This record gives sequence, structure tokens and C-alpha cells, in this order.
Amino acid sequence: MTLVELHEMIPLLILGGAVVPLLLTVSFYRNLKLTVALTVLIFIAAFTSLFFAPKPVRTDGSLLSMDGYALFYIGLFLAASLVVALLSYGYVRERKDDCQEFYILLILATLGASVLAAANSFIPLFLGLEILSVSLYVLISYLRGFTRCIEAGVKYLILAAASSAFLLFGIALFYAECGTMDFKGISEILQIQGMPTPLLYAAFGLLFVGFGFKLAIVPFHMWTPDVYEGAPSPVTAYIATVSKGAVFSLLVRFFFIMGAHQYKKLLFLFSAIAVASMFTGNLLALRQENVKRVLAYSSIAHLGYLLVAFIAGGDLAVEAAAFYLVSYFITTLAAFGVVAALSGGERDADSIEDYRGLFWQRPWLAAALTAALLSLAGIPLTAGFLAKYYLVAAGMKARLWALVIILIINSAISIYYYLRIVAVMYAEPDAGQNAGRTAFSSSPAAGVALCVMTLLLVWIGVYPQTLITIINAVINYAYPF
Amino acid sequence: MILVLLIVILIAGGVLAWLLGRWSAMAARIVSLLALAADFVLILFLWVSTYERLNCAGQSWISEFYLPWIPQFGINFHLAMDGLSLVMAGLVAFIGLAAILCSWSEIRERAGFFHFNLLWNLAGIMGVFLAVDLFLFYFFWELMLVPMYLLIGIWGHENRNYAAMKFFIFTQASGLFMFIAILGLYFINARNTGFYTFDYLNLLQTALEPAEARLLAAGFLIAFMVKLPAVPFHNWLPDAHTEAPTAGSVILAGLLLKTGAYGILRFVIPLFPQASLDFRYIGMSIGVVGIIYGAKLAFAQADLKRLVAYTSVSHMGFVMVGSFAANELALQGAVMQMVCHAVSTGALFILAGALQERLHTREIGTMGGYWRDAPRMGGVALFFALASTGLPGLGNFVAEFLVLAGAYRVNLPITVLASLGLVFSAVYGLWIIQSIFHGGGETPAKVGDLSLREMSLLGAMMAVILWLGLFPQPMLNTVKASLEAIREQTGLTQVGSEHLREANSYPHFTRSCPPKPAGQDVPMSRSTGGTRATPEGGLRLPANQPIGFLRRQ
Repeated sequence: MTLVELHEMIPLLILGGAVVPLLLTVSFYRNLKLTVALTVLIFIAAFTSLFFAPKPVRTDGSLLSMDGYALFYIGLFLAASLVVALLSYGYVRERKDDCQEFYILLILATLGASVLAAANSFIPLFLGLEILSVSLYVLISYLRGFTRCIEAGVKYLILAAASSAFLLFGIALFYAECGTMDFKGISEILQIQGMPTPLLYAAFGLLFVGFGFKLAIVPFHMWTPDVYEGAPSPVTAYIATVSKGAVFSLLVRFFFIMGAHQYKKLLFLFSAIAVASMFTGNLLALRQENVKRVLAYSSIAHLGYLLVAFIAGGDLAVEAAAFYLVSYFITTLAAFGVVAALSGGERDADSIEDYRGLFWQRPWLAAALTAALLSLAGIPLTAGFLAKYYLVAAGMKARLWALVIILIINSAISIYYYLRIVAVMYAEPDAGQNAGRTAFSSSPAAGVALCVMTLLLVWIGVYPQTLITIINAVINYAYPF
Repeated sequence: MILVLLIVILIAGGVLAWLLGRWSAMAARIVSLLALAADFVLILFLWVSTYERLNCAGQSWISEFYLPWIPQFGINFHLAMDGLSLVMAGLVAFIGLAAILCSWSEIRERAGFFHFNLLWNLAGIMGVFLAVDLFLFYFFWELMLVPMYLLIGIWGHENRNYAAMKFFIFTQASGLFMFIAILGLYFINARNTGFYTFDYLNLLQTALEPAEARLLAAGFLIAFMVKLPAVPFHNWLPDAHTEAPTAGSVILAGLLLKTGAYGILRFVIPLFPQASLDFRYIGMSIGVVGIIYGAKLAFAQADLKRLVAYTSVSHMGFVMVGSFAANELALQGAVMQMVCHAVSTGALFILAGALQERLHTREIGTMGGYWRDAPRMGGVALFFALASTGLPGLGNFVAEFLVLAGAYRVNLPITVLASLGLVFSAVYGLWIIQSIFHGGGETPAKVGDLSLREMSLLGAMMAVILWLGLFPQPMLNTVKASLEAIREQTGLTQVGSEHLREANSYPHFTRSCPPKPAGQDVPMSRSTGGTRATPEGGLRLPANQPIGFLRRQ
């Protein structure tokens, strides 16, 4: 490992290295405020270090490639994790006495996600995925006092372990056929072969089972509503954003390097999965009475939308996916942030009825949730509108007429369940039922995070040019594929 | 600059009204009223100062505002105004004023947020009428939905959630089809020219395969026909109109429906001239079905607001017929109908709202004999009922007559059926008066007569209808050049309209314009970043193509 490579790795080294002193601090002096402050500092330090990253030298066969693409996504994950850390401060404190380890796990999970974004070979892929997953198992069931959390954690553990097995089998098949773990190396062998062998098709399929589980796309979506509902709200936000974003960024990189877009069979498979995810997510969300479950099903549908850009391929698609993920991150964090802020110590405010008349009692929180829901529905003035525009444009450019029309139909279906929550928020408040809302637990940290998220949501919706410029500049800084 | 001011005033006024509304409902009302009055004055000023120019054929935009927004995709914040948008913008301000005045005493709770939604909705509608960048147009098109959704959903009547949701899903879903069509046009234009732009004037020159054009036109038409509403898509309208608070109904009937008609005139026909000619008879037939079906359903309603809502379906059918007949008279009639219907139906909704405020019911069956207690209300209602039945001397008559006269040249059977609408409207119009203001009524409840505020508001609306009925020429002159541009785009040749002009225009009112040099019959040539194609741009029909009424000559 040369010095330059070491220099490249600094963001990851900060995350990994910082865990040790943090653990030591926690063992000797337990103070939640200090831990949170250190965590925030670590995220900020890692984020800052991204700006000093050297221009990457393309060294084929390296395990990690810290190119513009990776830097962009690592930055996104760090920012999102920072927001989750802020959101969870008041939330976790309320429910558990000693919760310093929560933040250590959060940093570790972010490390795993960052490794995934930079992975250039199967080895860091699997390592990153496992670091992320193992941290998540604990984070989901972190509030041991609540049976729902334990249930969600065990469910996630079993299914994630099974999907990892599929993933490993897929990797093994690749290695058996190609004799290398390196993405570039495999892609060269594929080039020579012309058509993938049936074994390689099977390898792609198995690999995709592993990815599909993490992304929660149909038919690997079963765990989503239960885990979303059971996990603590900030952790749910984390699963919905960083965990999925990391796997998606990896998926894009992997398939672009493989040149998988020439294999029509794979594209057909992806299209079928995209269509199924859109319909399943949206149709099942219609009848949910639980906000977290609604958001879970909506996330299934959103990943389906995102796959449309992925299938479209090309420069616009990479850009569209990045834009979509950024706006989806902001929106989801805002939505779960409101859920977390409203939740009392006993249970999460996740029933739709908990939101009745919210606008007249807590107008700012309701406005934030309204903005988030409208953004998920893709209504103008919010980031979600332009994100959807990007996706449809990418799809149209690639002439995926059928997929685009299905996306549009689904987008129309989805309006119903988003508006249902909005309607409840603006309805007359019940006198007795939600009186407990005044005992609302939130910290200024969560308030600031929510406020920033909402402002960003509107800012990107009104003036997206800044974000587009950043995406173009960073991703093209060293065009990865 | 003045155009962006029109929108900014509304947006800022909305925010201010919301903030002030926390302390005083009256402050919110006054702020909103002032914002709309400012808009109205600005538009009047624009109209007066450009009236001479508007009268001359071949004019360019009378005002324009341009700012790059997302340059990477060729999306610009581009607003522009010609005669047609001027009339529609004036209508927004006028109906907006009416909406605020009519809810002066109706909305007592959360007045600040109410006026915020009202003004933002109007800002979206204003944007729709002014945008000449198709992305921006869609942006505003969607933007006006959420405030209207909240207006219906929060301040509406019993079944408001259902109605609001239905309204939103219908319009949003149909809008998405238009969005695809806009993107399709965008990419086809980029494929032809290598130049990505959403600008209206550039997209006007897109050369399209007939099949492509028909698909794209259908995408636009779905959105516009839902808004209009044309018959198979009218389903959302009675619910939304009935459940909305009075101001919401007034804006829905007066402005939101007009965005659909405006879209057909501004976008469908000029962008897809050949496809619109292909759709011509289908479009006119849909209009006729709307006229007759709407009138029939109106007569069958027991709920006053629902009745008025269905008359909207009927009257907007005339706009559909006029737009697709697409000759000079019919287009003028369509625009006249848009304005007159907005005012007269708006007034009927205000009356229905006034009755509901006093009686707490909209059931026609429980009403009767109110003329005794409320003669002014009765008189005003009679006036607008007659306007809506198309009494000569009132604006609606001019509008419907022009549409029928224009359609007559295109297709006789359709015109005959459409004119039945006039008969049917007399039936339900008189029935309203008879059953509410005349008749016994077992329980002649005390009904307070119209207040000074209501009376002056309705008086102003009556004045507009009378003005348009007796002296429509200034309005027709204002939109003439814009309509001329639309008609020219369809390639229907001058022959027909020359012939009509002799028969129908009032020579002493038409201004003398400098003669335009031959071959320069290109209006609105101030395009940004693109030049206008030659008239032989491949879109037009040969000059002597026999179409419709031309065949008769």
C-alpha cells in the first residue's frame, strides 16, 4: 500500500479508527452528550476529509477505488448518518439509560456503507456489506425493552444471513468461472467470452438476490414493513437511506463495470422486478393504517422507480440515480424525523390516527411532514418532483416507454396514501385522544436537523442547479466506469 | 418584469396573509384583497397600454420575462403574455377578488391559512396562463393542485375528504400523462435539432411524424380534458364543486376549468396542428356530448351546488366544440365562453354559497319562495340564470352564438345538437329560479337579503356580463391576434375567415394597422434561442386542402 493509497483512504480510516477511542471513552466515562458530540465530530471530520482527497490514479486490481463516484456517495452517507445521529439523540435517550454504544454502531454501519460505495472487488463488497448488516442487527434491536424491536431484529438477522449466503454463492460462482474477485478482471473475461455462460447468469442472479434483499425490492421485500415498524424510528430512517443507498451505489458500479446493459436477459429481469416493486409497494401501501408501514411500502415502490434509471443506463442515468438518491435521502430523513420527534417514550407515533389535527397543534412539524410526503409523491416545489423528472427523463431518453408509463401510473396510485396522511394532519384535532402530544420528546438537535432537511427539500425543489452542478462535478471528477 | 410581479405579489401576499391571520382574520382578508387588487390594476394597466398593439395582427408578446432556471436541461423561467393570456390573467385577478369577497364572512376559522392557500392557488393558475416554457407550465399546473386540495379538504362541506382526494388524483394522474407528452416532445425536438429546450416557441417548430404527433397530442388532451372537463373525465367535478367552500367552487368553476381550455388553445392546437385536425370531429363530438349530458344531469340534481356544477360540464362543452372547430368565429366564441362562464357560474356559486350560509342546506327541495324576503338576491339570481341560459344581450349569448356560428361551417349535425344545449339550459335555468325564489315552500324560512358587500360584488359581475353581451368587441380585439396565430398554425387557410370576416366583423371598430409585408405573417416571433421555421415548415396543409366547411364552397 503506497502513501497515496493511504491518503485516499483517509475518510474510511477516520471512521474505522475513531471507533476505538470512542469505545475506550465509553468504557471509562459514560456521558451521552459527549458521545454524541464526538460522533458528530467524527462524521464532520470524515466529511471534511473528502474535500482533500487526492485525484485517484486508476490502478486496476485495487480493492477500493476512491473515485469521484465513491466520494460523492460517501459524502452523502456521512451527511445522512450525521442527521440520524442528531435525530436519535432525544429519541434513544428517552428509552434507554446507557445508549452510548448506539453511536459506535452507527459509525461502524456508516463505515460499511462507505466501503460498499468504493468497492471494486468482491472482497470489500462482502466485508462492507457484513459490517453494515451486523451493525444493523444490533441497531434494530437496540431497545431491548421493546419486544417489537427484538422481533424486528431477529427477522432482519435471519433473512439478511440467508441473503448473504446467496450472495456468497454468487461470488463463488464468479470466482469459479473467472478466477478473480476483481470487477474489472471479471468484466474483461466477460468481454472475451462475448456471452456469459449459464453459470455466470446464475452467478448474476444469486448476486442479485443478495442485493435485492438489502434494497427490499420485490420479491425480496417481505421483511421491510415489519422491520420498519419494529425498529426505532431513527434506525428505520437509517435503513431506508444509508443502507439502501450503499447497496444501490454498489449495484450501479458493479453492473456498469460489467457492461451488464448489453445482456438483454438481465435487463428484462430487472424490468420485471422494477414493475413488480412499483405495483406491490404502491398497492399494499394503500390500505395501511401505520405510517411507518406506509413509508416501508412506499420505499419498495421508490426503489422500483430508481431501478428504471438503472435500467435506462447511460450518463444521464448515473446522474439521475444520484439526484434521486439525494432527494430521497432528504425526504425520508425528514419523514422519519417527524415520526421520531412525535413519538412518546412508550411507543412510536406510527398510527395514522396519531397525526389527526397535527397541523393545528404543531404546525412546523406538520409542515415538515407535509413537505416530505409531497416530495415522496413528486409534487412541485419539492425535491421529489425534480427527482421524478430526472427518472422519467432518463427513461424516456432510453425509450423505455412501457416502464415510464408504469412509473407514471404508480405515481398516480401513490398519491392516495400520501394524501391520506396529509388529510389527517389537516383535519380537526380530536380533543381527548391526542392530548398526550404535548408531552413530546425532542431535542433541539433533532429540531435543527429536521429544519435543515425541510429547507433542503424545498431548496432543491426550487433551485436544483446547485445540486446538479455538484453531482456533475464530483461524479465526473474521475469518471468511474 | 411585470409578469413575474403578478405571481410574486400573490405568493408574497399569501405568506403575509398567513402570518397576519394568526392575529386577525380581518388582516388576512384585507392583505389578500390588496394583493389581488394590485394584480388587477397591473393587468388593467398592461391592457390599456398595449391595447393598440393587441389590435394589430402579427404582434409579438406584449410582455415577457426570461431567466435561466435549470440551463442544463434547457428549462427556463420564461413567462410571456399575449392577448389570450392577458384576458385569462385578468380573469384570474377578477375571479380571485370575487372569491375573497364572497368568503369574507363564510370563513371564520383559520382565515390566515385559508387565504394563503387561496392566493397560492391563484399564483399557480396565473403561472399556468403565463408560462411559455413547457416545463414551467407543468410546474405551475401541478403547483395549483395542493392549495386547492387543502381548500376543499379543510374548509369543505360534509364529504370533503372524498371530494378533495378525487379531485387531486384525477388531475394529478392526467397531468402526468401530459408530463410524458411534454418530455416526448422535448426529446423528439432534441433528436431533430440536437438542442435541448422546453421553450414553447422552439417546440412549435418540431417536425413530428403523424403517429408521434397523435400520441403526444393525446397525452396533452387527457390532462386538459380532465380539467375542462370533457365528458368521460368529468366525474371529479360535481364532487369537488359541491364540497368545496364557496371560494373554492368559484375558483374551480371560474379558473381551474379554464386552464384546461387554455391548454387546448395554447398548446394542443398549435403544437400538434395536424393531429388536432385529425381529432377535430372527435373533439367536437365529445363537446356536444358534454353539452347535452351535462344539461340533463344538471336538471336531475337536488343539490343546488351540484346542479350548478353540472351546468359547468354543459357550458364547457361549448368551449370544446369551439376549440376544435378552430375557425376564427369558433375560437373567439370559445374564449368568450371561457370568460362569460367564469363570471356567470362564479356568480351562481356565490349565490348558492350565500343561500347555504343563511339556510345551512343546499337541498333545492327544501327551498322556495325566497323572493319575498330577498328580492335583491332573487333578481341577481334571475340575471345570472338567464345569462347562463344564453339570453341575448348578455355575454354568454355572444359566446355560444359565436361558437355555434363557427361550428356551423364545420359540421352541421354537431352544431344542431350543440344548439340543443341552449334549450336545455333554459329548462334548468328557469327551474332554479322557480323552485328557489318562486313557489310556495312549506317552510318559508327567513332569508336575509344580500348585504352591501355581496351586492357590490355581484353587481360588478353583472356589469361584466352586460358589457361582454352588449359590446364584446374590445375583448374580441384583444384576443384576435393570438387566435389568429393559433388558427394559422392549423393550416386552415385564410379563405374561410376572409369570407367570414366580411360577414361578421364590425368594420367601424377594427383599427387600422400598418399593412404587413407579404410572407411575414408570423406572430410572436421573439423567440429565445431559436428562429421560427418558414411557413413551409412541413406542419401545414397545402393552402387549398379541402377541410370541413371549405368543402362546401
